[in-house]
Parts: sequence; structure tokens; C-alpha cells
Amino acid sequence: MAVGLIGSAVKADAPLRVVSMNLCTDQLAMLVASDGQLVSVSRLARDPRSSAMVEQARGFPVNHAQTEEIYLMRPDLVLAGRYTARATVDMLTRLGVPVAIFDPANSLEDVASRLTQMGEALGREGRAAEIVTQYRDGLTEFQAEVTRNPRAALFSANGYTSGNHTLAGQILLTAGFANVAAEAGYAMAGNMPLEVLALAQPEAVITSRPYPGGSRAEEIMDHPLVQSMRRNTAGFTDHDWVCGTPFVLRAIGNLAKLRQELEAE
Amino acid sequence: MTLNVSGLGVTLRKRRVLSDVSLTIGKGELVGLIGANGAGKTTLMRAILGLVPHEGQSSLAAMQPLARGRAAAWMPQTREIAWAVTVETLVTLGRTPHLGMGQKPNDADRAAINHAINRMDLGLFRKRAATRLSGGEQARALIARALAQEAPLLMADEPIAGLDPAHQIATMECFAGLAAEGRSILVSLHDLGLAARYCTRLIVLDKGRIAADGPPQKVLTPQLLRAAFGITAWFEQTAQGPVFQPLDIVK
Amino acid sequence: MKRLFAILAAMMVLLFLGSLVIGPAKTGIGENLVALLAGGDGPLPLIMREIRLPRALLAVMIGGGLGLAGAAMQGYLRNPLADPGLIGVSSSAALGAVLAIQTGFAAMGSLALPGAALVGALAGVLLVMLLAGPRGSSLTLILAGIAISALAAALTSLVLNLSPNPFASNEIIFWMMGSLADRSMTHVSIALPFILTGGAMLASLGRGLDALTLGEDAAEAMGINLHRLRLTLILGTAAVVGASTAVAGAIGFVGLVIPHILRGFVGGRPGALLWASAMGGAVMLLAADIAVRMVLPDRDLKLGVLTALVGAPLFLHLIYRTRRAGQ
Repeated sequence: MAVGLIGSAVKADAPLRVVSMNLCTDQLAMLVASDGQLVSVSRLARDPRSSAMVEQARGFPVNHAQTEEIYLMRPDLVLAGRYTARATVDMLTRLGVPVAIFDPANSLEDVASRLTQMGEALGREGRAAEIVTQYRDGLTEFQAEVTRNPRAALFSANGYTSGNHTLAGQILLTAGFANVAAEAGYAMAGNMPLEVLALAQPEAVITSRPYPGGSRAEEIMDHPLVQSMRRNTAGFTDHDWVCGTPFVLRAIGNLAKLRQELEAE
Repeated sequence: MTLNVSGLGVTLRKRRVLSDVSLTIGKGELVGLIGANGAGKTTLMRAILGLVPHEGQSSLAAMQPLARGRAAAWMPQTREIAWAVTVETLVTLGRTPHLGMGQKPNDADRAAINHAINRMDLGLFRKRAATRLSGGEQARALIARALAQEAPLLMADEPIAGLDPAHQIATMECFAGLAAEGRSILVSLHDLGLAARYCTRLIVLDKGRIAADGPPQKVLTPQLLRAAFGITAWFEQTAQGPVFQPLDIVK
Repeated sequence: MKRLFAILAAMMVLLFLGSLVIGPAKTGIGENLVALLAGGDGPLPLIMREIRLPRALLAVMIGGGLGLAGAAMQGYLRNPLADPGLIGVSSSAALGAVLAIQTGFAAMGSLALPGAALVGALAGVLLVMLLAGPRGSSLTLILAGIAISALAAALTSLVLNLSPNPFASNEIIFWMMGSLADRSMTHVSIALPFILTGGAMLASLGRGLDALTLGEDAAEAMGINLHRLRLTLILGTAAVVGASTAVAGAIGFVGLVIPHILRGFVGGRPGALLWASAMGGAVMLLAADIAVRMVLPDRDLKLGVLTALVGAPLFLHLIYRTRRAGQ
């Protein structure tokens, strides 16, 4: 193990074999870890619909968050999300494997704290601080002048929408939109009835892209009413929206472009 | 001629059930179809109606279904009444061949229904659910249904099985009365005594073939009884009419 | 009989209006109906015409179709336990629909999805008739139904679990329990031709089903063409249940409960029970769909949950009675 790489260093007591089994810790770890420190990422890290780092993830063996396969990798640290694979986490803890738990990010500020937490877990505080600085710089660029806040709704499968106290909601706000879900009383995420969406008459509807294979949950986005609203202005959420990583800057950027188009009309 | 059958044969599941059966039934005849269990009585009647695949000719089986329904009324052996309909509704079902889809019974239909109900003495049960009646009452209701069909030929498979003696006699008398009015009746039965008393003619089936066909006194000979039924019997013309009493099994 | 018709018709109209004015968008009843009929600006006419109207129409179509199919199946099998849901026809239709959606066949045209569900339903009816025989006893009928339902449900779950779509596997409950939430006029238009055709086929069976009260032999001897009756019944049931399941999932018990309740009012006659059950089915599903919106307005409570809560105890009662009658 090379110690003392440019800009940052791995501490002497830092973990040497780290396995991540959650999509978001996968990406944070790939950003922060030193070469060879991370030995496996979760299957979803290679799924272009969910992961913003598919190319990097191809360089790691994948795991499926099964206790047995994780244990056999002989990790000295396992990274897990608060709400995923809890049975596996419990079992690994009982087997004496150290597990670091990461909460999901519910705000743009959470992105920075997760990066810092990852730096501490991997003994790469320096690298993490670098990324946080870049991230904050990127964020301030969006504080540019916004003349008007067009009203937009996030609306995906089963009418799932996000209020202001969510990562998606903050992406929307930072891009210069007003959130229709917040007006309708959704602070956190929830399912918004189609009728409520129709009554709110948003200027833009931002949906997820349907997965292949089709599902009834996603059919709501093809409802004639949603289709007619989308005719005004439509945006899509993508892999940049899923996790609290610096890639949310890209999501904000794309959404801000949409807002500018809307204002140019 | 009401019914004309020639060379009728039936094979069910590769087993020969009926062979070369020829018979005719004319106006006003009450024909009893007798024979041991498994002789082929039910199969013969169903083949005559065209309800089983068969070879040979039957004047009924050759008809269009609706025309056949007007030419012959059929009472199967199983007395099925699937739903709790009133006796009146049950009897009205006999008018099915006369009514098109969605057609309501007219005066002639109603007259036939009332006539059949009165004839079987069911006036009191008219509005009762047929499924709630006793076995004998159900049998009478089903006969009334067949009567309401007003077909020239009535075919009944063991209509008096399970009835008490009075209703057995009443039913046979009813059939005899219908025959006297000029209708034709083919009825299968096991009671040779009632067969001998009321039928104008008997047809004996033995192993799928006709063993005898003629008036009762010509048919119920000791030789035939031994061959077709395996019994001996006492059979005399008395002052009260013909009396037939089975006696012993032939060893 | 005329009174029954009038009562059912009145209930249908009332519940249809009720279905139109109840929803998460809290707006006045009069305002709602004006928006529906006269249109106008703003979102309300859209909500009425694109969300509530299709939902109410589907409840009428599907409830009516399922009631009719149940009454026809019971009349033909002469068994009060025959219900498209219980004997596995709905689950088979759901399998057909799920296969069509997951293979992409459903995207080929508007007839593809209900068509595939129809084929599934057809397989289900044929199989249950083959297993239970022309006049299946209650026991064989229910056993055959359980076997077919279990197999179809397992295959449906398998297909949904194999789907690349992460939402699909969560939708097993929709396909098993049914829901009318978030349906649109598109769903009305793809289901309507099938339900109308199938319904007309089933409605034409009245005379034959009446005659079948006396058994197959007697009915056939009275001029009823049993082959044609059977074929019409099978195709009609498959069309109605297939199209209903394709757009709303498998909704059970409507075809069991409604004929059972109404049989006494039509004097037990299977023919008259057909139209009565069609109207009764529409009433039941309209009521159930209003109830799911009022009991848990924020969640998509499945219709089948409510119909089963009403239907299952009745089903137990029927089994008990059938058992006693058999002794």
C-alpha cells in the first residue's frame, strides 16, 4: 500500500479492504477511496439508470449485499445505507465485521457531510475535504440571479413527489423553480394524487424515465392529463438525482437550463 | 307414424351398447321399454333423440333441434331441478321449444301450462319452490313440465321409480289417458306388473338388442322372462285386468 | 321484477354520480357536474373528464361484466360457487396481461393487452371446465379453481420478479386484488369493445340457461344447442374477464356475491339473473370504489380487499350450505 499520495494520505490505521453494498456509499467511496482500498461495490453501481459512476464501477467486482458473499471477501470495513440490507448488516456486525452506516442525504448540505463522513471512515479526510470544497464552489455558482421562480412538480411512478425537505426538492429549488408539492403540503416525499397535480397546474412537470418492461406504477406518467401538462415543459430525473453525491450539481445545471428555456418563451 | 327407427346402433367407449334396433311407434300407443339393468334402455332412448352419436336412422334424431323439441318431450331419469324456481316456472320451461329468445308466453302457452299443472294435480304447489317439494311431488312437477311441451311423442326414462304406489298408478293412468287422446308414449320401467297392466305394447331389450316387441301377453312368456330377466313369474288375465307377479330367480 | 330493475337502476345512477363527485380535489358537487357536462376553463373539467369519469365508467363496465359472467357461469355449471375470480379465470387473465406487458406485446396496439388477457382467461376457463367436468361438483370445481389460481398467480409473480422494471415486482398485489386508481379514457376505450361483445354474448344465453335448470339432457332435447351455448359462454366470459383484468387487475367475488344476493329476487331463474347480476355487479363495484377512496383516501387501497371482505364470509356460508345439502 502506497502511503503519501499527492494531496492526501491514508492513515496508518485506515481500513485496507473496504466493501460497499449500497448505491450511494458506492459512489461516495469511489470518489474518496485510495487505489486498491475499495474491493467491491454493489450491483446497482453498474446500472446506468441509478448510478452516475458506471464506468468507474466496472473496475470493481460487484456484490449483491448477501452476508455470505460479503463475509468471504474478508472486508475490514463494510459500508452500508441506513435502510438497505439491514439483515446483512446485523449478521455482519455479529460476525465481528466493522460496518459504517450512512444516512441518506435529504438536503444539499447533507452531501457535504456524507463526503466528510466517508473521508473519516476510509482515513481519507484530505481527499474528502478537497471534493467538498469543489462541491461548495459549484453550488455557489447557481446562486446567480433568478428573475422568476416557475412552478414545477416532481411527479414519478405512483405519483411520487418530493417536498422541500428532500434532496430532489432542493435540487428543484436551487435550479430556480418553486415546488408545487410544497404548496400542496408535502414537506417530505409522498404520493400526490393525479387530481391534486391537475388542480395545481404546474408550469413544468419533471418525471422519471420509465424503466424497460413496463409497470402500472409508471403508467401514471402516460396518463392523458400528465401528457397534456408535459406538453408545456417537461424534464426528466436521472441517475444524478438518486444519491447525495457532487453529481447533484449536474442535475441542478440541467434543470436550470430547462428553467431558462421556460423563461425565454 | 310418430316415430320410426331402423338399424340403430351405439358404441360407447369402444363397447357395443346397442345393435341393430328397429322399431316404430304409432299414434295412441303407450309403449313400455323393459329390460334388465344395463340392457341399454336409456342409451336407446337417448340415441332415438340424437343425444348420443349413433349409426342407423331415427326420425327424431334427423330433425332440427327446435323441431325435435316440438315433436318429442324427453324426461331424463335424473330428476334435476338445479335452482329454487317455482313449480309454475318449472312447468313453463316445457314451453321452451315454442318460445323464441326473449319471447313471453302467450295465451296458448299459458293454457298449456295450466292444463299440465291441473293434470298432475299441482295447483296447490304452483307458487312453491320446486326444490322444496318431496321426491314424488318433484317427479310430478317434472312430468307436468313434459306435458306442457305438448309434443305428439312423450319419452320418459323410469318416470315412476321412487314414487309411492298411488302416484305410480296415477302416473301410468295419466300416460294411458294421454295415449287415449292420441299421443304416443315411450316409457322405460322396471315394474313389469304396471307395464303389463297399462302398456299397449312392450319392447324388451336384452344386451342391446330387441328381444321381443308386441302386446304384453305375447311378450311376457316364461322363456323370455328367463332369458332376458332371469326370473319366473305368475301372469294371468283376471277380472281386474292382467296381473303380473315376479316369483323366483332362475338359477 | 320491474321493481328490482327500478331499484338497481336508481342505485346505479346514484352511485355513479357519487363516484363522480368524490375525490382528493375537494370541490363542490354542483361545480363538479357543471365542469363535467359544460366544460370550461381551468383544471376542473379535465379532472372530471380525464380522471373521475373514466373511473366511474370502468366501475360500471367491469362490475357489470363480472356480475354477468358470474351469473352465466353459475347457470351453466348449475353451481352457486362458480365465480370467475374463485375458479381461476381472473388470475389466468392477469397472467396473460402481465406477459403481454413485460414482453412488450402490449405496446403493439390497443387490442394487444386485452387480447392477451382474453387468451389467458380462455385458457383458465377451458382448464377449469376440463378439470371440473360439465356439471362439476362443488368440490372438484373449487379444487380445480384453487389449482389454476395458484399456478397462474405463481407464474404472474415469476414474470413480474423477472422484469427489468423495479416497480413491476411491487405490483403483484395490483394484479391479485385489482384497482381503478389513475385509469384513463384510454383504458375505457381498450376494454369497452371486449366487455360489450362478451357481455352481449353472455346476455344471449338466458333461454338456454333457463332450460339447463332441468339438466343437460332435458335442455338439449328441448332444442337448446349445448355446444353453441358452451362455446358462447366460454368466449363471452373470457372476453369480459380478460378485458376487465387487463385494465383493473383481478377483482374477485363480484360474480359470487351478486348472483347469490339477487337469485331470490328473480325467482331463481338463471336467465333473469343475468341482467340483474350485470346491474348488481355495477352497483357493487361503484360502491366498493367509492369506499376505497373514502376509507383510505391517501393510499391506493385495492378493490379486491373490499370485495373479499364482503365476499369471503358469504363464500364460507355457501360452502357450509352446499355441504349440508350434500349430506
